[in-house]
Amino acid sequence: MRRLEVGVPALLLVIALVVAGTLEGSGIAFGLAGAAAVAGAVSLSVVGRRYRSWGYGEREDDLLVRRGVMFARLSVVPYGRMQFIDVTAGPLERAFGLATVRLHTAAAATDARIPGLEREEAGRLRDRLAELGEAQAAGL
Amino acid sequence: MSAARPEGWQRLHPLSPVVRGGRATIAIAILLLPTAFGLDSLSNATPQLAVSAVLVLAGVVSWLVTRWRVEEDDLRIETGLLRRQSLRFPLAQVQAIDVVRPGLARLFRVAELRLRMAGSSGGTARLAYVAEHEVEPLRDQLLALARGARHEDGATAPPDAESAEAEERALATVATGPLVAAIVLENGWLIAILAGLGVGVAVAPGTFAKALGGGGFVWAFSLITFLWRRFNQQYRLTVAEGPDGLHLRGGLVALTAEVIRPGRVQAVRLVEPWLWRPLGWCRLEVDIAGRQRSKGEGAAQRGQLRTLLPVADRSLGLELADRLVPDRPRELSPPPGRAFWKSPFRYRALSWGRTETCVAATSGRLRRVTSWVPLEKVQSLRHVQGPLQRRLRLASVHVDTAGKAMHATLRDRDVDEAARALAELTDLARTARRRPAPA
Repeated sequence: MRRLEVGVPALLLVIALVVAGTLEGSGIAFGLAGAAAVAGAVSLSVVGRRYRSWGYGEREDDLLVRRGVMFARLSVVPYGRMQFIDVTAGPLERAFGLATVRLHTAAAATDARIPGLEREEAGRLRDRLAELGEAQAAGL
Repeated sequence: MSAARPEGWQRLHPLSPVVRGGRATIAIAILLLPTAFGLDSLSNATPQLAVSAVLVLAGVVSWLVTRWRVEEDDLRIETGLLRRQSLRFPLAQVQAIDVVRPGLARLFRVAELRLRMAGSSGGTARLAYVAEHEVEPLRDQLLALARGARHEDGATAPPDAESAEAEERALATVATGPLVAAIVLENGWLIAILAGLGVGVAVAPGTFAKALGGGGFVWAFSLITFLWRRFNQQYRLTVAEGPDGLHLRGGLVALTAEVIRPGRVQAVRLVEPWLWRPLGWCRLEVDIAGRQRSKGEGAAQRGQLRTLLPVADRSLGLELADRLVPDRPRELSPPPGRAFWKSPFRYRALSWGRTETCVAATSGRLRRVTSWVPLEKVQSLRHVQGPLQRRLRLASVHVDTAGKAMHATLRDRDVDEAARALAELTDLARTARRRPAPA
């Protein structure tokens, strides 16, 4: 989905520049179009890697959340420590039927975000986490 | 003593509105002074009188409609004339009970009782104000009730609930001289700027005053306020050990007293600012759950961080840390040598260690910070590796605790070691959470 986010603007730019180039008949526009195409391709691969870096795993007592290419982060959040769970979906995410699940603990530094989940999967995960959190809830 | 009977509604001290009014009270007094001394005719003072009358009336009404009582395991406070509020505070969730005495309250021999509750939004139950001689028995009584309530829940409870009578044993008091020296040393550059400003204005008043304008003045004023707050708050701070936890009291103008209950400590931190190190001094801070809404005189204690020892010898700081985190790691291991390339300034300060129940980590560039986190308080663990760290085969593990005041970081460890630490700490934290709190 993030691939599309980058891919669509790049493609539009290429088309616009090619059209402009043919109209004007100048080489500069073709060069620019080529550069845009290359940049689009590179960012596609970066986005692809970032996409592949996202992951989460439900273990018996805690949830693992992984993300990041440059800065690889792996968070371990015990179910008992979860305070609440957010499911958000922005306009683009909604258009593709996706949602982001976010976990909050009492610690401000906890950084557990799972983006780009299918909406059903997000709902399932939320319910499952709420259930597990309730079962294992621990005080402060 | 009226505070000793838990049944029945009770009112606050009749002078409460006067003290709560604080500055307004003083303003009224000043406004009415000319009239009182007959310097001004009564008719001239009519507006002042009217305003004062309204304020006094409002104060009296707010006092009349406020009442509180202890109901089984809850403290109930009812307040408000038009918008009636009935607040219930479960005593089982009390984190700490503070006694606060602002300047005006000391004048009238009353004190405020603040019950800090668990949870980030739990808030604070305030009984403002109670007569001074009733405060201590009332606090002991509430603490005993809180302990009792927790006993029934079968959750964390110290075993010595019978000895409700507070027996204190003083552990440390901060002398004034070292405190001043410590504040000056820690904020050395700030004070240097301040002195520079002062000298500049004195030497060349015209040009300097113009160049700085009001900005410099505001700056200097806020700086002085900041320093004064610290001094005021930490003046003669005494730590004592009682049956219900560590007792903390001190303050110059506003006296505060609070109890830090065992098992409520989220993290402990030993800070050694750069200029203190040659003197072997340190500061000990604890992070406790429950946030305090700061207002009025308590504003100097914003946040959850409590300074336990404003300044003390390192050995004393460590001794006190032992009481808060009994099983603290003795041996800390330094990071691999190549971590120098990642954190050249921090490298010498970095280390970490763990026991079955506690993790410790040190860091800091100029000032050294040692943090201890009891594993049962760990909220989440994070394994982070940046691009430079990947090249050097290093990684960091963050240990998150409640709030944002503190957290421990095992910075720049070997990749394998970090992965191992993450797995071990996850397991240890799980067992620590499951284990009933040690007595």
